[in-house]
Formats: sequence, structure tokens, C-alpha cells
Amino acid sequence: MKLSNNTRLEVRELTKIFVSGRRKITAVDQVSFEIHEREIVSLVGQSGSGKTTIAHMILNLLKSTSGSIIFDGKDIKDIKKKIYWRNVQGIFQDPFSSFNQFFVVKKVLRDSFKILDKSFNNEEKDKIIIKALESVNIDPGDVLEKYPFELSGGQMQRIMIARIFIIKPKLLIADEPTSMIDSILRANILKLFEKLREKQGTSIMFITHDIGLAYYVSDRIFIMHRGKIVEAGSAEQVIMNPNHTYTKGLIEDVPTLHKEWILTKRS
Amino acid sequence: MKLLKTLLKSKKFIIGLCVFLLLLFGSLIFTTISSHDPAEMIGFLYEPPSKEHLLGTDNFGRDVLIELIYGMKTSIYVGLLSGIIATFIGTTIGTTAGYLGKTIDNILNSITNLFLVIPSFVILILLSVSLRSRSLTLLAMIIGITSWPWTARAVRAQTSSLKTREHVNMAKLNGEGYVEIVLKEILPYMLSYIFMVFVLQVASGILSEAGLSMLGLGPSNTISLGKMLSWALLYEAVRTGAWWAFIPPALTIAIITFSLLYMNTGMDEVFNPRLRS
Repeated sequence: MKLSNNTRLEVRELTKIFVSGRRKITAVDQVSFEIHEREIVSLVGQSGSGKTTIAHMILNLLKSTSGSIIFDGKDIKDIKKKIYWRNVQGIFQDPFSSFNQFFVVKKVLRDSFKILDKSFNNEEKDKIIIKALESVNIDPGDVLEKYPFELSGGQMQRIMIARIFIIKPKLLIADEPTSMIDSILRANILKLFEKLREKQGTSIMFITHDIGLAYYVSDRIFIMHRGKIVEAGSAEQVIMNPNHTYTKGLIEDVPTLHKEWILTKRS
Repeated sequence: MKLLKTLLKSKKFIIGLCVFLLLLFGSLIFTTISSHDPAEMIGFLYEPPSKEHLLGTDNFGRDVLIELIYGMKTSIYVGLLSGIIATFIGTTIGTTAGYLGKTIDNILNSITNLFLVIPSFVILILLSVSLRSRSLTLLAMIIGITSWPWTARAVRAQTSSLKTREHVNMAKLNGEGYVEIVLKEILPYMLSYIFMVFVLQVASGILSEAGLSMLGLGPSNTISLGKMLSWALLYEAVRTGAWWAFIPPALTIAIITFSLLYMNTGMDEVFNPRLRS
């Protein structure tokens, strides 16, 4: 895949400190990176390393304590939220709580048209919805009239991706989209991300704790540990020649078949 | 609709609902079709129950049974209206404080706490005394305005937990505003709870009205269950042994409140699976 060198998103010295009473927790500590057009990058780290906080800040759902996020050359503080969300969208970890359980799938997907510039009538919307569902390999007749709790986790997460096919953002932040899905469907979801990039030229930030998955899908990998990015580079480089001890530990912990699995000790 | 269907599985809820609706529609239908004037004096003071007057007469020589039916209608009206007002104010303040957080939360929280620590019955008495004429609606409004704080608190707590859910974030990413998110993404999840609170508020509204009226601060120119008790107290029904003047209204208040509380218990068992045995 040929990459363009145009920067889609730039994060500069982003910091988030949560204050509760006298306690201060630095969730994200002076993080800087950039994402290019049509690039898939992975942010890898264990639970509590600050991955989701970064995702929420990039999605403009959470204010940063300091630092800046630049999208297409503009600070996101200067971009109207509605316009920003037309261009930057997200998928969250838990498909079961990403849906309002009182509405059927059709209504959930129709609602996503609200962020778009153009207005559609219901017929036009439904045509686009059906096309989007077909792109994520779901039979529209199977799900449109169903409530979220009648669907499986894998189906719901694919419907969330169908939402992205409808909105066609320039950047997708996918926060652990595969962690609650069984392993066979995981590869499926990752293929859909590649399809998104090919068809719509979407840049994708894939957040995961699974370095194996990250290697499988991404152009570049950022390793996060305790709120800091400790290692960054192309997927090959990070996996084959890790510099930081934390990265080395992560890679050694990936279980492989036909090999005894020994856990390394790390903090 | 689904909510109603699950509720109808609870025996307690059905019993409570039936008793309440029976009393409500009984009094509504009787008062519209009957030609009796409840204030008409049809006998002497404290006549014991007889064939003509099933529950005897009161201190003014009025038929207690007819008074009781009219009083029931008044009490339920005050209860429902004050319940609606209190639930509405409580839910609005609770969701606003919980969803917006920060400064607005602090301000609304202090107001709520202020209302909580001031004994509401004292405010009720002071307000009622200061008003020259007290209509039923005004009384219901006063009761509603003084009894919302607990609802606001509980709703605020639930909202601040619900707003961190991912479907709320999704709605934000769809560009939905605060009002839309509260109405679509937060309120439906609390609907069962708000309904329960409403029922409790109706019950406490009826009790407050009875309490106020008993003290002689009830609505002017109407009969209510509390006012019947107040008359019985003033005209020494207890000392003269005229039990029919005070036991029926007291019992009716008890039955209405009981039916509402029983509905509430039934709902609690449906919505709170831990209570199911």
C-alpha cells in the first residue's frame, strides 16, 4: 500500500491529568504523534495505560489538560464540533453499550445521518443503510427491525462499522473494537478496516492491547506505557527490533502455537 | 408498552393499581352523575349510620358518605397534580445537574440541598397561612414545589452514571445536543425509576394535603378527606363517640396511600431483580 505523506492528524504534547480531591492522576503524559492520510496506525498498551483517554480526546469528547490536536492543519478547538465529527468518528470497545437498547437497528443507523451535511429522506437513507450493511457482510433483512439485545456482539460491532461506511469520515478512531468479539470474527473486523481504507481512503487509529493484532493490520505501531508513548515506528521495526524493555516484554508474551508459553516479569 | 407488560406480571402492582383506579373512577363517575350536593344539610348533627345515610351525618348534618366520595376525588386530584409537578421539577433539575456537571451541577446541588434541609412541612404551613384564598390547584402546586428534592438527587445520581455510557458518546458523535441526548439516551433508561418515584410522590402529596387540611389550612370551598378530619376534630366527634365522622376519611386516606405504596413495591420487585425471590 502506497502511503501519502500528507498529515491528517497531529497530536502535540497532549496531556491529561484527572484530579479527584487532592489526588492527581496523569493519564496521558506529553504524547506526540501524527497520522497520515490513508494510514492505519495502532496504539498498543495494557489496560490503564491511557489509550482510551487519548481516543476520547481525539474524538473531542474529553478536554485535554494541555497540548494540542491538529486536524488537517487546524486546531480542533477552532473547528465546530459538528463539522469535526463529520470528519472524525469513533467505534467503541463494548458493542453492547454502544447502542441505545430502546431503538431498533434501523433507527440507530438513521440517526447517524444527522451529522451529515446533506439531508436525506427516509427512503434515501434506507438505500444507503442497506448498502452499508452489505459492505460489512450483514444481511439487512436480518437486523434492521431488531433490537440491539437480539444481536450478537460481532453483528453489533459490524453494524457500528456500517455506520462508518455511511458517514465516511476521514479519520476513524477504533477503541478496542475487537476485544469483546471471539477470535474468528476479529480477523473479519480487521479486514473491514482495510476495506474502509481502500474504498474511502479513511485513516484509522486502531487501539488495542493485542500487539499481534496490531502487527497484522497496521502500517505503524505506537507502544504506550503509563501514559507515555515509549516506542514508535513501522510495524516491522517495532516487532522485529524493539528497543524499549516494555515492548520486548509485550512481544514475548504473545502466545504462539507449538511453543511453551513463559510469562516474563515486568512492571 | 414493554414496561407495562412486565409490570402486569406483578400481582402486587395489579392489586394496587386496581384499588387505586376503582377509587379514582368510582369517585369520578359518582360525582358527575349524582345530583347530590355534598354541602347540603340533610339531617341533624352526628346522626349515626342508618338506611338513608349509610355513614351517618357530620357536625353540620351532612351525609358523610357523599362527602367522603367528593373528598376522595379532591385528595386524589391534589395528589396526582402535586406528584406530576414534583416529578417534573425533580427530573428536570436532576438530569440537568447530572448531565451538565461542573458549575451548573454545583449550583443546582446547593439549591436541592437547601430545599432538603428546610423542613418542607413548615414551608407548606407558612405558605398556606400567607395565602388568603387557597384553591385546590394552588395547594397542589405548593406541595409539588416543596417535595421534589429527593427525586432530583436520585435522578442526578443516575444521570451522572448513565452519561458515561458509550451510546451517549455515540449520540454526541451524531451531533445530538444536550436536550436530545437527555430525552433519548438517558430518560428512557430511567423511566421505570421515574414512574416509581411518581407513584410515591402522589402518595406523599395526598398525605401532605390531609395533614395541611387537618390543621385547618386546606383548600377553601371544597371538601377533602383532610378537611373532614379537621371538622371532626374541631367539633369533638371523638369525644361524642361519633366514630363515623372520622374513621371513614382516615381509612380512605390509608387505603389510597396503601394502594399506591403497594404498586410501588410491586414495581420495585419487577425492576430490581435482586428483590425477586
